[in-house]
Amino acid sequence: MTAAIEIKDVQKSFGNVHIIRDLNLSIAKGERHAVIGPNGAGKSTTFNLISGHIKPSSGEIRLNGDVISGLRPFEINRRGLSRSFQVTNVFAKMTVWENVRCAVLWATGHRYAFWKNVDHLPEVKRRTAEILDHIHLSHRRDVPAGLLTYAEQRELEIGITIAGGASVIMLDEPTAGMSHAETDRAVALIRRLTEGRTLVIVEHDMSVVFGLADRISVLVYGQIIASGTPQEIRGNRKVKEAYLGEEAH
Amino acid sequence: MSEVTAAHEVKERSEGRVLFYATWLIAAIALILLPLIFSSGGSLTSFSLIGIAIIFALSYNILLGQTGLLSFGHAVHYGLGGFLAVHVMNAVANHDWPIPLPFIPLAGGIGGLAFAILVGWVMTKRAGTAFAMISLGIGELVASSSLILRSVFGGESGITTDRTALPHMFSWTFGPQRQVYYLIAFWVMVSAIAMYALTRTPLGRICNAVRDNPERVEFIGYDPHVVRYFAYGFAGFFAGVAGGLTAINFEIANAAYLGATQSGLVLFAAFIGGTAYFFGPILGAILVTYLQLGLTNVTTVWQLYFGIIFIGIVMFAPGGIARLLMMHRPLIRAGSWLSVIPSYLVAALPTLALALGVILAIETVAHYTTTGSEGNVINLVGIPFNATAPTTWLAAAVLVIGGFLIARITWRRVVEAWDRAAGVARDRGYLA
Repeated sequence: MTAAIEIKDVQKSFGNVHIIRDLNLSIAKGERHAVIGPNGAGKSTTFNLISGHIKPSSGEIRLNGDVISGLRPFEINRRGLSRSFQVTNVFAKMTVWENVRCAVLWATGHRYAFWKNVDHLPEVKRRTAEILDHIHLSHRRDVPAGLLTYAEQRELEIGITIAGGASVIMLDEPTAGMSHAETDRAVALIRRLTEGRTLVIVEHDMSVVFGLADRISVLVYGQIIASGTPQEIRGNRKVKEAYLGEEAH
Repeated sequence: MSEVTAAHEVKERSEGRVLFYATWLIAAIALILLPLIFSSGGSLTSFSLIGIAIIFALSYNILLGQTGLLSFGHAVHYGLGGFLAVHVMNAVANHDWPIPLPFIPLAGGIGGLAFAILVGWVMTKRAGTAFAMISLGIGELVASSSLILRSVFGGESGITTDRTALPHMFSWTFGPQRQVYYLIAFWVMVSAIAMYALTRTPLGRICNAVRDNPERVEFIGYDPHVVRYFAYGFAGFFAGVAGGLTAINFEIANAAYLGATQSGLVLFAAFIGGTAYFFGPILGAILVTYLQLGLTNVTTVWQLYFGIIFIGIVMFAPGGIARLLMMHRPLIRAGSWLSVIPSYLVAALPTLALALGVILAIETVAHYTTTGSEGNVINLVGIPFNATAPTTWLAAAVLVIGGFLIARITWRRVVEAWDRAAGVARDRGYLA
């Protein structure tokens, strides 16, 4: 079976600085895969490489078997990969409803249509309402996204990410800055919404990582030093030294 | 959510719909009735120019308000539309083609669109400063080539035409200004509806998304470059329609149509009106055209007043007139708006004194320097002032300084009254 994401010998350097060195990673379809690692290890860069935000200096990235390295973000998105951002990245002046609806439009095939009334598209309306319901923001539908609370914006961020129905969902620190109760809620939400899809998640909160992930990869200085089930990672000596050990201090 | 609020919202939405259609209907009726109420030649000319300015400003807002593109060269499409319209009119008249005058603005639109298609792809690659600079460059390029390419643009004198030489429609010759007004009014209505409808399409919504956050748009499947290109094309088309109407109105197209002044005026109109609301540029176009027509008759330094108004809006009401009006909506709904009115009335008097003082000072300087020591008489609100008399300078100084000192106190009162009223609106759930 082809992997959902296959990263082969990917390198990324900015000038003389090698952020990513020989990155190799394979994520199976339907898997919930967490990428962890100390600050500055290159987790966000990895996300940016996969989603097309930046291009690899060398190497190859495949999505469901097709090469996507070098494609623009929207081309990768149309092939079924969607990502969220670590810093909330919504359409601030538009309402919650419009934020989600915009994310639904391409997937429902309306593209750049300028001859259709956006309010009279039943499929778009149904999917938007469904997503708002999932992320518990139906009661805030007419509020501009910029006026939402932080936790609500994070949920909207997830909503926009999943709205297009992508088969691969990548979430960059979805629970960063959330309280315990909010985190629990967000994890339940993520678990439910990514059912049957491939999930790649970068996260600092270890309880989230070990509670959610089927497999974990540990990234240190731009290289994957270990990849395995939560059990294996917990027992891995290299990981303990490089990462978990630091936390125990 | 409780059923009460749900029912409340449904009611509010159906009321909104009625209000929406009523607004358009009233606008259409107003356009029909205006020349019957104000039938003088002067007002017909003014209404015609205001109508054209409305289409032009709305087309500009497709870029600025809807897609977040600040253009300094929008008049290029307006002007080229005007030139194409004039050439088509002359061709129609020469070859006896069966194209009546009311269809000519379409030719203008095609002219504006064609040039937008030509230059737009490169221009819209980037937004922000890059787009603004390229638009400025293209504007200068076209404006200067229009003076060089005489066969197409007619040099400094421009190219003239005769609108009555075209095939007539419903036995209208379009000779009288009234008939031209109705032709313009028809196109204002059609263009405004079309441009509003555009905002309600998938493309229109994604334009807003590109304005708010082009980076994120790439991750929901859209190429912001293509979105901007589409927006640029539509803006170019409707600017061309406005240009075509101008060509019909004046029976001439010349280089002034596509210059920087025209580009500046449309930016000015859209911004003063308010770019965040669809109707903002309409208000701006009405005000700016009216001021332009009115002020040029009254004062030689009318551009100075334009500048002061523009700076005032940018500094104190960056959302424009539309935002100033819409700010009151939650207060009206909550019923607390009456409490702010007294503070407005109190503030109006010293503010007016301040404004009069500024006007008197400006006019005194303008008259003193242009007429030397002869001493010209300025007529302000019916009172004659001598520009060379020290008493006039003193009066201006007293009005400006005294007006400002008192006005400042009353402005603070307005803010306080406003905050109280907004607090009430917030408590009642009409303000987020």
